[in-house]
Amino acid sequence: MNWKQLFSTSVGKKLQMSLTGLFLILFLVVHCYVNAQVFRNDGGKSFNAYAHFMGTDYIIRTIEIGLFAFLFIHVIQGLVLYFRNRSLRNVRYAVSAGNKTSHWYSRSMALLGTLILLFLILHLSTFWGPNRYSQTIGNGELPLYDMMKDDFSQLWVVIVYVLGCFALSWHLVHGFYSAFQTLGLGTFRYKAAIKFVGVAFAIIIPLIFALMPISFYLNWIN
Amino acid sequence: MEHYNMNLTLKVWKQKNKNEKGRFETFNVKNISSEMSFLEMFDVLNEQLVAEGKEPIAFDHDCREGICGMCSMYINGRAHGPWHHTTTCQLHMREYKDGDTIVVEPWRANAFPVIKDLVVDRTSFDRIIQAGGYISVNTGNAVDANALPIDKQRADESFAAATCIGCGACVAACPNASAMLFVSAKVSHLALLPQGEPERKMRVVNMIEQMDKEGFGSCTNIGACEAECPKGISLENIARLNREYIGATFSGSAQHE
Repeated sequence: MNWKQLFSTSVGKKLQMSLTGLFLILFLVVHCYVNAQVFRNDGGKSFNAYAHFMGTDYIIRTIEIGLFAFLFIHVIQGLVLYFRNRSLRNVRYAVSAGNKTSHWYSRSMALLGTLILLFLILHLSTFWGPNRYSQTIGNGELPLYDMMKDDFSQLWVVIVYVLGCFALSWHLVHGFYSAFQTLGLGTFRYKAAIKFVGVAFAIIIPLIFALMPISFYLNWIN
Repeated sequence: MEHYNMNLTLKVWKQKNKNEKGRFETFNVKNISSEMSFLEMFDVLNEQLVAEGKEPIAFDHDCREGICGMCSMYINGRAHGPWHHTTTCQLHMREYKDGDTIVVEPWRANAFPVIKDLVVDRTSFDRIIQAGGYISVNTGNAVDANALPIDKQRADESFAAATCIGCGACVAACPNASAMLFVSAKVSHLALLPQGEPERKMRVVNMIEQMDKEGFGSCTNIGACEAECPKGISLENIARLNREYIGATFSGSAQHE
Protein backbone atom coordinates (compact mmCIF):
# COMPACT_ATOMS: atom_id res chain seq x y z
CA MET A 1 0.00 0.00 0.00
CA ASN A 2 1.46 3.33 -1.01
CA TRP A 3 0.36 6.83 -1.95
CA LYS A 4 -0.26 5.89 -5.56
CA GLN A 5 -2.72 3.24 -4.43
CA LEU A 6 -4.42 5.61 -2.04
CA PHE A 7 -5.44 7.78 -4.98
CA SER A 8 -6.10 5.08 -7.59
CA THR A 9 -8.63 2.79 -5.89
CA SER A 10 -12.35 3.61 -5.79
CA VAL A 11 -11.99 4.97 -2.25
CA GLY A 12 -8.87 6.89 -3.30
CA LYS A 13 -10.66 8.51 -6.22
CA LYS A 14 -13.43 9.59 -3.89
CA LEU A 15 -10.76 11.02 -1.61
CA GLN A 16 -9.57 13.14 -4.52
CA MET A 17 -13.13 14.37 -5.01
CA SER A 18 -13.42 15.17 -1.32
CA LEU A 19 -10.14 17.08 -0.94
CA THR A 20 -10.49 19.08 -4.17
CA GLY A 21 -14.15 19.76 -3.31
CA LEU A 22 -13.21 21.13 0.11
CA PHE A 23 -10.62 23.39 -1.52
CA LEU A 24 -13.26 24.67 -3.95
CA ILE A 25 -15.54 25.30 -0.94
CA LEU A 26 -12.78 27.43 0.64
CA PHE A 27 -12.44 29.30 -2.64
CA LEU A 28 -16.19 30.04 -2.62
CA VAL A 29 -15.83 31.72 0.79
CA VAL A 30 -13.11 34.06 -0.50
CA HIS A 31 -14.93 34.77 -3.76
CA CYS A 32 -18.14 35.47 -1.85
CA TYR A 33 -16.37 37.82 0.55
CA VAL A 34 -14.91 39.85 -2.31
CA ASN A 35 -18.28 39.92 -4.11
CA ALA A 36 -20.04 41.08 -0.98
CA GLN A 37 -18.01 44.30 -1.16
CA VAL A 38 -20.50 45.60 -3.74
CA PHE A 39 -23.10 45.81 -0.96
CA ARG A 40 -21.06 48.61 0.62
CA ASN A 41 -22.66 50.62 -2.19
CA ASP A 42 -19.66 52.89 -2.58
CA GLY A 43 -19.65 53.01 -6.36
CA GLY A 44 -17.39 49.96 -6.59
CA LYS A 45 -14.47 51.46 -4.68
CA SER A 46 -14.10 48.61 -2.16
CA PHE A 47 -14.91 45.96 -4.74
CA ASN A 48 -12.32 47.23 -7.21
CA ALA A 49 -9.69 47.47 -4.45
CA TYR A 50 -10.26 43.82 -3.48
CA ALA A 51 -10.45 42.76 -7.14
CA HIS A 52 -7.16 44.52 -7.79
CA PHE A 53 -5.51 42.66 -4.92
CA MET A 54 -6.93 39.29 -6.01
CA GLY A 55 -5.85 39.89 -9.61
CA THR A 56 -2.31 41.09 -8.98
CA ASP A 57 -1.01 39.59 -5.74
CA TYR A 58 1.65 36.96 -6.47
CA ILE A 59 0.58 34.54 -3.77
CA ILE A 60 -3.06 34.76 -4.83
CA ARG A 61 -2.09 34.29 -8.47
CA THR A 62 -0.05 31.22 -7.53
CA ILE A 63 -2.96 29.77 -5.58
CA GLU A 64 -5.09 30.49 -8.66
CA ILE A 65 -3.03 27.95 -10.62
CA GLY A 66 -3.67 25.40 -7.88
CA LEU A 67 -7.35 26.27 -7.95
CA PHE A 68 -7.60 25.49 -11.65
CA ALA A 69 -5.65 22.27 -11.17
CA PHE A 70 -8.02 21.20 -8.36
CA LEU A 71 -11.06 22.20 -10.39
CA PHE A 72 -9.72 20.13 -13.30
CA ILE A 73 -9.18 17.07 -11.07
CA HIS A 74 -12.64 17.49 -9.51
CA VAL A 75 -14.34 17.66 -12.91
CA ILE A 76 -12.39 14.88 -14.64
CA GLN A 77 -12.40 12.49 -11.67
CA GLY A 78 -16.10 13.19 -11.11
CA LEU A 79 -16.90 12.28 -14.69
CA VAL A 80 -14.65 9.21 -14.61
CA LEU A 81 -16.40 7.96 -11.45
CA TYR A 82 -19.84 8.75 -12.84
CA PHE A 83 -19.32 6.82 -16.07
CA ARG A 84 -17.62 3.89 -14.31
CA ASN A 85 -20.42 3.62 -11.77
CA ARG A 86 -23.05 3.77 -14.49
CA SER A 87 -21.30 1.03 -16.47
CA LEU A 88 -21.52 -1.40 -13.54
CA ARG A 89 -25.24 -2.07 -14.01
CA ASN A 90 -25.79 -3.15 -17.61
CA VAL A 91 -29.43 -4.16 -17.16
CA ARG A 92 -31.27 -1.32 -15.45
CA TYR A 93 -34.29 -1.64 -13.17
CA ALA A 94 -37.73 -1.41 -14.73
CA VAL A 95 -39.04 0.27 -11.57
CA SER A 96 -36.74 2.43 -9.46
CA ALA A 97 -37.10 3.62 -5.88
CA GLY A 98 -36.66 7.27 -6.85
CA ASN A 99 -37.00 9.65 -3.92
CA LYS A 100 -38.23 6.99 -1.49
CA THR A 101 -34.73 5.93 -0.44
CA SER A 102 -32.56 8.94 -1.33
CA HIS A 103 -32.65 12.63 -2.23
CA TRP A 104 -32.71 13.62 -5.91
CA TYR A 105 -29.79 16.01 -5.51
CA SER A 106 -27.55 13.33 -4.01
CA ARG A 107 -28.19 11.18 -7.09
CA SER A 108 -27.72 14.14 -9.47
CA MET A 109 -24.28 15.38 -8.47
CA ALA A 110 -22.82 14.74 -11.93
CA LEU A 111 -25.68 16.59 -13.63
CA LEU A 112 -25.54 19.51 -11.18
CA GLY A 113 -21.75 19.60 -11.53
CA THR A 114 -22.03 19.72 -15.31
CA LEU A 115 -24.49 22.62 -15.07
CA ILE A 116 -22.07 24.45 -12.76
CA LEU A 117 -19.23 23.77 -15.21
CA LEU A 118 -21.23 25.22 -18.12
CA PHE A 119 -22.04 28.24 -15.99
CA LEU A 120 -18.36 28.57 -15.03
CA ILE A 121 -17.26 28.59 -18.67
CA LEU A 122 -19.70 31.42 -19.38
CA HIS A 123 -18.75 33.26 -16.19
CA LEU A 124 -14.97 32.97 -16.70
CA SER A 125 -15.19 34.05 -20.33
CA THR A 126 -17.11 37.18 -19.28
CA PHE A 127 -14.93 38.46 -16.41
CA TRP A 128 -11.84 36.45 -15.51
CA GLY A 129 -10.70 35.67 -19.07
CA PRO A 130 -10.88 39.17 -20.60
CA ASN A 131 -9.34 40.70 -17.46
CA ARG A 132 -6.33 38.37 -17.44
CA TYR A 133 -5.96 38.85 -21.22
CA SER A 134 -5.95 42.62 -20.85
CA GLN A 135 -3.44 42.35 -17.98
CA THR A 136 -1.15 40.16 -20.05
CA ILE A 137 -1.04 42.21 -23.25
CA GLY A 138 -0.33 45.33 -21.21
CA ASN A 139 -3.56 47.26 -21.33
CA GLY A 140 -3.99 46.83 -17.58
CA GLU A 141 -6.90 45.62 -15.51
CA LEU A 142 -10.43 46.03 -16.78
CA PRO A 143 -13.02 48.06 -14.86
CA LEU A 144 -14.75 44.95 -13.46
CA TYR A 145 -17.34 46.82 -11.43
CA ASP A 146 -18.56 48.79 -14.45
CA MET A 147 -18.57 45.64 -16.58
CA MET A 148 -20.73 43.93 -13.97
CA LYS A 149 -23.16 46.82 -13.82
CA ASP A 150 -23.40 46.65 -17.57
CA ASP A 151 -23.89 42.88 -17.79
CA PHE A 152 -26.34 42.64 -14.94
CA SER A 153 -28.62 45.23 -16.53
CA GLN A 154 -29.68 42.48 -18.95
CA LEU A 155 -32.43 40.23 -17.63
CA TRP A 156 -31.21 37.03 -19.32
CA VAL A 157 -27.76 37.38 -17.77
CA VAL A 158 -29.32 37.79 -14.33
CA ILE A 159 -31.50 34.72 -14.89
CA VAL A 160 -28.52 32.60 -16.00
CA TYR A 161 -26.54 33.68 -12.94
CA VAL A 162 -29.37 32.92 -10.54
CA LEU A 163 -29.84 29.48 -12.15
CA GLY A 164 -26.09 28.89 -11.78
CA CYS A 165 -26.41 29.70 -8.08
CA PHE A 166 -29.31 27.23 -7.75
CA ALA A 167 -27.21 24.45 -9.27
CA LEU A 168 -24.34 25.36 -6.93
CA SER A 169 -26.64 25.33 -3.92
CA TRP A 170 -28.02 21.84 -4.57
CA HIS A 171 -24.52 20.56 -5.40
CA LEU A 172 -23.30 21.89 -2.05
CA VAL A 173 -26.20 20.51 -0.01
CA HIS A 174 -24.89 17.02 -0.74
CA GLY A 175 -21.26 17.85 -1.56
CA PHE A 176 -20.38 19.54 1.72
CA TYR A 177 -21.57 16.64 3.88
CA SER A 178 -20.31 14.05 1.40
CA ALA A 179 -16.76 15.48 1.47
CA PHE A 180 -16.56 14.96 5.23
CA GLN A 181 -18.12 11.49 5.03
CA THR A 182 -15.50 10.45 2.45
CA LEU A 183 -12.73 11.74 4.70
CA GLY A 184 -14.13 9.44 7.39
CA LEU A 185 -15.52 12.22 9.57
CA GLY A 186 -19.20 11.32 9.28
CA THR A 187 -19.38 9.87 12.75
CA PHE A 188 -22.31 9.86 15.13
CA ARG A 189 -20.80 12.74 17.07
CA TYR A 190 -20.33 15.14 14.18
CA LYS A 191 -22.81 13.96 11.54
CA ALA A 192 -25.71 16.22 12.53
CA ALA A 193 -23.40 19.22 12.93
CA ILE A 194 -21.73 18.64 9.55
CA LYS A 195 -25.11 18.24 7.84
CA PHE A 196 -26.42 21.42 9.46
CA VAL A 197 -23.36 23.51 8.58
CA GLY A 198 -23.42 22.04 5.06
CA VAL A 199 -27.03 23.02 4.41
CA ALA A 200 -26.48 26.47 5.93
CA PHE A 201 -23.40 26.95 3.75
CA ALA A 202 -25.29 25.71 0.67
CA ILE A 203 -28.01 28.29 1.26
CA ILE A 204 -26.02 31.32 2.46
CA ILE A 205 -23.12 31.36 -0.01
CA PRO A 206 -25.17 30.90 -3.24
CA LEU A 207 -27.74 33.38 -1.90
CA ILE A 208 -25.09 36.09 -1.50
CA PHE A 209 -23.78 35.25 -4.97
CA ALA A 210 -27.28 35.45 -6.48
CA LEU A 211 -28.11 38.71 -4.68
CA MET A 212 -25.37 40.53 -6.58
CA PRO A 213 -26.79 40.34 -10.13
CA ILE A 214 -30.31 40.78 -8.72
CA SER A 215 -29.27 43.90 -6.80
CA PHE A 216 -27.65 45.41 -9.87
CA TYR A 217 -30.67 44.63 -12.02
CA LEU A 218 -33.12 46.16 -9.55
CA ASN A 219 -30.85 49.16 -8.95
CA TRP A 220 -30.46 48.41 -5.24
CA ILE A 221 -26.82 49.31 -5.74
CA ASN A 222 -25.36 51.73 -8.27
CA MET B 1 -56.39 -6.29 11.49
CA GLU B 2 -58.91 -7.94 9.24
CA HIS B 3 -57.80 -10.89 7.16
CA TYR B 4 -58.65 -10.81 3.47
CA ASN B 5 -57.90 -12.56 0.19
CA MET B 6 -56.68 -10.90 -2.98
CA ASN B 7 -56.03 -11.48 -6.67
CA LEU B 8 -52.79 -10.06 -8.01
CA THR B 9 -50.97 -9.50 -11.27
CA LEU B 10 -47.24 -10.24 -11.09
CA LYS B 11 -44.65 -9.08 -13.60
CA VAL B 12 -41.66 -11.28 -12.90
CA TRP B 13 -38.21 -11.28 -14.50
CA LYS B 14 -37.58 -14.56 -16.32
CA GLN B 15 -34.07 -15.37 -17.47
CA LYS B 16 -32.85 -18.80 -18.54
CA ASN B 17 -29.21 -18.38 -17.51
CA LYS B 18 -26.31 -15.95 -17.17
CA ASN B 19 -25.81 -15.54 -20.90
CA GLU B 20 -29.34 -15.31 -22.28
CA LYS B 21 -31.32 -12.12 -22.29
CA GLY B 22 -34.13 -11.95 -19.76
CA ARG B 23 -37.62 -10.48 -20.05
CA PHE B 24 -40.67 -9.82 -17.93
CA GLU B 25 -43.51 -12.34 -17.88
CA THR B 26 -46.96 -11.66 -16.48
CA PHE B 27 -48.64 -14.08 -14.06
CA ASN B 28 -51.99 -13.96 -12.28
CA VAL B 29 -52.43 -15.37 -8.80
CA LYS B 30 -55.80 -15.79 -7.09
CA ASN B 31 -56.98 -16.02 -3.48
CA ILE B 32 -53.76 -14.89 -1.85
CA SER B 33 -54.24 -14.51 1.90
CA SER B 34 -53.16 -11.26 3.55
CA GLU B 35 -51.43 -13.45 6.17
CA MET B 36 -49.01 -15.01 3.69
CA SER B 37 -45.43 -13.86 3.37
CA PHE B 38 -44.27 -12.64 -0.02
CA LEU B 39 -42.35 -15.89 -0.56
CA GLU B 40 -45.39 -18.00 0.33
CA MET B 41 -47.27 -16.11 -2.37
CA PHE B 42 -44.47 -17.18 -4.76
CA ASP B 43 -44.86 -20.79 -3.52
CA VAL B 44 -48.55 -20.66 -4.46
CA LEU B 45 -47.67 -19.27 -7.88
CA ASN B 46 -45.01 -21.96 -8.45
CA GLU B 47 -47.38 -24.78 -7.47
CA GLN B 48 -49.89 -23.35 -9.88
CA LEU B 49 -47.23 -23.27 -12.63
CA VAL B 50 -46.16 -26.87 -11.90
CA ALA B 51 -49.81 -28.00 -12.02
CA GLU B 52 -50.12 -26.31 -15.42
CA GLY B 53 -47.01 -28.17 -16.58
CA LYS B 54 -44.98 -24.97 -16.80
CA GLU B 55 -41.58 -24.21 -15.36
CA PRO B 56 -41.65 -22.62 -11.89
CA ILE B 57 -39.90 -19.33 -11.16
CA ALA B 58 -36.47 -19.74 -9.60
CA PHE B 59 -35.87 -17.62 -6.50
CA ASP B 60 -33.44 -17.75 -3.58
CA HIS B 61 -34.67 -18.48 -0.05
CA ASP B 62 -33.48 -20.36 2.99
CA CYS B 63 -34.34 -19.56 6.61
CA ARG B 64 -37.57 -17.62 5.97
CA GLU B 65 -37.14 -15.88 9.30
CA GLY B 66 -35.22 -12.80 8.21
CA ILE B 67 -31.71 -13.81 9.22
CA CYS B 68 -30.06 -15.60 6.28
CA GLY B 69 -30.12 -12.92 3.59
CA MET B 70 -30.92 -15.24 0.70
CA CYS B 71 -34.30 -13.85 -0.46
CA SER B 72 -33.11 -11.28 -2.96
CA MET B 73 -36.10 -9.70 -4.69
CA TYR B 74 -36.39 -6.16 -6.00
CA ILE B 75 -40.10 -5.45 -5.55
CA ASN B 76 -41.74 -2.44 -7.21
CA GLY B 77 -38.43 -0.60 -7.20
CA ARG B 78 -37.48 -1.50 -3.63
CA ALA B 79 -34.94 -4.03 -2.35
CA HIS B 80 -36.90 -6.60 -0.27
CA GLY B 81 -40.07 -4.57 -0.89
CA PRO B 82 -41.32 -1.41 0.78
CA TRP B 83 -41.06 -2.33 4.46
CA HIS B 84 -38.32 -0.88 6.61
CA HIS B 85 -35.65 -3.24 8.04
CA THR B 86 -37.28 -6.24 6.38
CA THR B 87 -36.16 -9.12 4.19
CA THR B 88 -38.49 -10.43 1.45
CA CYS B 89 -39.55 -13.43 3.56
CA GLN B 90 -40.73 -11.08 6.31
CA LEU B 91 -42.69 -8.89 3.90
CA HIS B 92 -46.34 -9.91 4.24
CA MET B 93 -49.14 -9.72 1.73
CA ARG B 94 -51.21 -7.37 3.91
CA GLU B 95 -49.05 -4.70 2.28
CA TYR B 96 -51.06 -5.25 -0.93
CA LYS B 97 -54.65 -4.78 -2.04
CA ASP B 98 -56.85 -6.82 -4.34
CA GLY B 99 -56.04 -6.05 -7.98
CA ASP B 100 -52.50 -4.72 -7.37
CA THR B 101 -49.76 -5.22 -9.94
CA ILE B 102 -46.33 -6.10 -8.50
CA VAL B 103 -43.10 -5.94 -10.50
CA VAL B 104 -40.41 -8.34 -9.22
CA GLU B 105 -36.82 -8.09 -10.47
CA PRO B 106 -33.55 -9.72 -9.43
CA TRP B 107 -30.71 -7.68 -7.82
CA ARG B 108 -29.22 -5.85 -10.79
CA ALA B 109 -25.46 -5.32 -10.78
CA ASN B 110 -22.77 -6.66 -13.07
CA ALA B 111 -21.01 -8.03 -9.98
CA PHE B 112 -24.18 -10.05 -9.22
CA PRO B 113 -24.85 -11.90 -12.50
CA VAL B 114 -28.26 -13.56 -12.81
CA ILE B 115 -28.04 -17.36 -12.52
CA LYS B 116 -31.71 -17.95 -13.31
CA ASP B 117 -34.84 -15.78 -13.05
CA LEU B 118 -34.57 -14.03 -9.65
CA VAL B 119 -31.49 -15.92 -8.44
CA VAL B 120 -28.21 -13.99 -8.60
CA ASP B 121 -24.63 -15.08 -8.02
CA ARG B 122 -23.33 -13.29 -4.91
CA THR B 123 -20.00 -15.14 -4.63
CA SER B 124 -18.28 -11.80 -5.27
CA PHE B 125 -19.15 -11.05 -1.60
CA ASP B 126 -17.49 -14.31 -0.53
CA ARG B 127 -14.31 -13.36 -2.37
CA ILE B 128 -14.24 -9.96 -0.62
CA ILE B 129 -14.52 -11.78 2.74
CA GLN B 130 -11.76 -14.18 1.71
CA ALA B 131 -9.54 -11.18 0.95
CA GLY B 132 -9.55 -10.01 4.57
CA GLY B 133 -12.73 -10.61 6.54
CA TYR B 134 -11.12 -13.00 9.02
CA ILE B 135 -9.01 -12.97 12.19
CA SER B 136 -6.05 -15.02 13.40
CA VAL B 137 -6.91 -17.40 16.21
CA ASN B 138 -4.33 -19.55 17.93
CA THR B 139 -5.14 -23.21 18.31
CA GLY B 140 -5.44 -24.74 21.74
CA ASN B 141 -7.79 -23.84 24.53
CA ALA B 142 -10.14 -20.93 23.95
CA VAL B 143 -9.05 -17.77 25.75
CA ASP B 144 -11.29 -16.79 28.64
CA ALA B 145 -13.79 -14.27 27.27
CA ASN B 146 -13.41 -11.99 30.27
CA ALA B 147 -9.66 -11.74 29.80
CA LEU B 148 -10.15 -9.19 27.03
CA PRO B 149 -11.64 -5.95 28.30
CA ILE B 150 -13.81 -4.26 25.65
CA ASP B 151 -15.80 -1.15 26.48
CA LYS B 152 -19.55 -1.26 26.07
CA GLN B 153 -19.83 1.32 23.30
CA ARG B 154 -17.22 -0.40 21.12
CA ALA B 155 -18.85 -3.77 21.68
CA ASP B 156 -22.26 -2.35 20.75
CA GLU B 157 -20.98 -0.69 17.57
CA SER B 158 -19.15 -3.85 16.60
CA PHE B 159 -22.26 -5.98 17.17
CA ALA B 160 -24.38 -3.52 15.18
CA ALA B 161 -21.98 -3.86 12.22
CA ALA B 162 -21.81 -7.63 12.67
CA THR B 163 -25.56 -7.97 12.11
CA CYS B 164 -24.90 -7.62 8.34
CA ILE B 165 -26.24 -10.77 6.66
CA GLY B 166 -24.54 -10.16 3.32
CA CYS B 167 -27.83 -10.12 1.40
CA GLY B 168 -26.63 -7.58 -1.16
CA ALA B 169 -29.59 -5.20 -0.81
CA CYS B 170 -27.08 -2.33 -0.44
CA VAL B 171 -25.60 -3.12 -3.86
CA ALA B 172 -29.05 -3.62 -5.37
CA ALA B 173 -30.34 -0.30 -4.05
CA CYS B 174 -27.21 1.74 -4.82
CA PRO B 175 -27.38 3.76 -8.06
CA ASN B 176 -23.61 3.11 -8.32
CA ALA B 177 -23.89 -0.62 -7.58
CA SER B 178 -21.46 -0.01 -4.74
CA ALA B 179 -20.75 -2.61 -2.05
CA MET B 180 -19.35 -0.10 0.42
CA LEU B 181 -22.02 -0.66 3.09
CA PHE B 182 -21.34 -4.41 3.09
CA VAL B 183 -17.55 -4.02 3.09
CA SER B 184 -17.69 -1.29 5.74
CA ALA B 185 -19.81 -3.49 8.04
CA LYS B 186 -17.39 -6.38 7.66
CA VAL B 187 -14.34 -4.15 8.21
CA SER B 188 -15.97 -2.32 11.12
CA HIS B 189 -17.04 -5.24 13.25
CA LEU B 190 -13.50 -6.61 13.27
CA ALA B 191 -11.68 -3.24 13.42
CA LEU B 192 -13.57 -2.29 16.59
CA LEU B 193 -12.45 -5.37 18.53
CA PRO B 194 -9.01 -6.37 19.83
CA GLN B 195 -9.38 -9.75 18.07
CA GLY B 196 -9.31 -7.93 14.72
CA GLU B 197 -6.23 -5.88 15.53
CA PRO B 198 -3.41 -8.04 13.98
CA GLU B 199 -4.83 -7.87 10.41
CA ARG B 200 -6.55 -4.51 10.85
CA LYS B 201 -4.60 -2.51 8.25
CA MET B 202 -4.03 -5.31 5.77
CA ARG B 203 -7.70 -6.24 5.96
CA VAL B 204 -9.14 -2.92 4.81
CA VAL B 205 -6.60 -2.54 2.00
CA ASN B 206 -7.12 -6.06 0.65
CA MET B 207 -10.92 -5.98 0.92
CA ILE B 208 -11.16 -2.67 -0.94
CA GLU B 209 -8.84 -4.02 -3.63
CA GLN B 210 -11.03 -7.11 -4.06
CA MET B 211 -14.18 -4.95 -4.04
CA ASP B 212 -12.82 -2.90 -6.95
CA LYS B 213 -11.73 -6.06 -8.77
CA GLU B 214 -15.22 -7.55 -8.53
CA GLY B 215 -16.65 -4.52 -10.31
CA PHE B 216 -18.58 -2.77 -7.55
CA GLY B 217 -19.02 0.99 -7.85
CA SER B 218 -17.71 3.76 -5.64
CA CYS B 219 -19.69 5.31 -2.80
CA THR B 220 -21.20 8.75 -3.41
CA ASN B 221 -22.81 8.89 0.05
CA ILE B 222 -26.35 8.83 -1.32
CA GLY B 223 -27.64 6.65 1.49
CA ALA B 224 -30.06 4.40 -0.43
CA CYS B 225 -28.14 1.39 0.98
CA GLU B 226 -28.77 2.42 4.56
CA ALA B 227 -32.46 3.02 3.78
CA GLU B 228 -32.86 -0.46 2.28
CA CYS B 229 -30.62 -2.50 4.60
CA PRO B 230 -32.77 -5.11 6.39
CA LYS B 231 -30.41 -4.96 9.36
CA GLY B 232 -30.18 -1.18 9.58
CA ILE B 233 -26.41 -1.04 9.02
CA SER B 234 -25.43 2.63 9.39
CA LEU B 235 -23.57 4.85 6.91
CA GLU B 236 -21.36 5.55 9.92
CA ASN B 237 -19.57 2.32 9.01
CA ILE B 238 -18.63 3.72 5.59
CA ALA B 239 -17.06 6.74 7.28
CA ARG B 240 -15.14 4.31 9.51
CA LEU B 241 -14.06 2.28 6.47
CA ASN B 242 -12.71 5.45 4.81
CA ARG B 243 -10.93 6.37 8.02
CA GLU B 244 -9.42 2.90 8.33
CA TYR B 245 -8.32 3.03 4.70
CA ILE B 246 -6.66 6.43 4.97
CA GLY B 247 -5.05 5.36 8.25
CA ALA B 248 -3.70 2.17 6.66
CA THR B 249 -1.95 4.26 4.01
CA PHE B 250 -0.13 6.40 6.55
CA SER B 251 1.30 3.38 8.32
CA GLY B 252 3.85 1.24 6.54
CA SER B 253 2.54 -2.00 7.97
CA ALA B 254 -0.33 -2.45 5.52
CA GLN B 255 1.13 -4.83 3.00
CA HIS B 256 -0.32 -7.32 0.63
CA GLU B 257 0.22 -10.93 1.30
